[in-house]
Amino acid sequence: MPRYDEVEVGTTIPARVFTVTRANLVRYAGASGDFNMIHWNERTATAVGLPNVIAHGMFTMAEAGRLVTDWAGDPTKVESFGVRFSAPVPVPDDDAGTDITVSGEVADKLDDGRVRVLLTATIGEDTKVLSAARAVVRLD
Amino acid sequence: MPLNRAFIGRRYEAADDYLVGREHIRSFAQAIDDPNPLYLDPAAARAAGHPDVVAPPTFLTVLGFRFRDASPMADPDLGLNYSLVVHGEQQFVAHRPVYAGDVLRVVNIVSDIRDAGSNELLKTTMEVTLPDGTPVATLVSSIISRGTAAKDGS
Repeated sequence: MPRYDEVEVGTTIPARVFTVTRANLVRYAGASGDFNMIHWNERTATAVGLPNVIAHGMFTMAEAGRLVTDWAGDPTKVESFGVRFSAPVPVPDDDAGTDITVSGEVADKLDDGRVRVLLTATIGEDTKVLSAARAVVRLD
Repeated sequence: MPLNRAFIGRRYEAADDYLVGREHIRSFAQAIDDPNPLYLDPAAARAAGHPDVVAPPTFLTVLGFRFRDASPMADPDLGLNYSLVVHGEQQFVAHRPVYAGDVLRVVNIVSDIRDAGSNELLKTTMEVTLPDGTPVATLVSSIISRGTAAKDGS
């Protein structure tokens, strides 16, 4: 677990890869209550001009959040978390799914032992699926 | 057709309180593939100083779906075509951790509707409190209504 005194602006959180499959989207639909058909029905998704079934934006946000909560050690240390959804995450009907690569960097040291972390989330050849993704985390 | 700007400032109170379930946190954590024991194991959560399992940072998104009726989106007078909607931005501010067993009260406010090029942005602010008014979280959500902004002269 990082300590506030040991963290500097520019300290990085190493990249991790989170895979999203159709099975994830089915489970996420049930757990979140978001049953929008574009997240599980390919006919519906392509009929409204999407390339394929797409992941719930909130699923992608949750995976980005895992990078921060694991880094912080305790999820309740995350005081705020915000993202902009900049591109959809298409999820093919196969076993491999889609890999979302998430990394982070400390952008600011705030008062009261808090830091602001900027996150990057990409798929494929560096397509950013989140922008302005940032979290404020309280460190010991 | 543009969204009805008369909705700006409208306030929607959820009819029921929301009881945060330990098993719901578990199924949410499993859905996001997160094995963090603080979400899954009450003993681990207590050992870390918490009264019960804690909710992941994005868990409160479930409130918007649970209380869909207490939302401007459920009102046909808003003029929103849901098939044109994509999620633009989402922000969570935690005022206090969320634990299994918490009883939450939810108010949803239309904070803004405005043009963004040919699209419109609908911004809502959800205030989540305990029944005694203690602030728990603020959720700010912007959705994009694609291509519905009023055109000049129309």
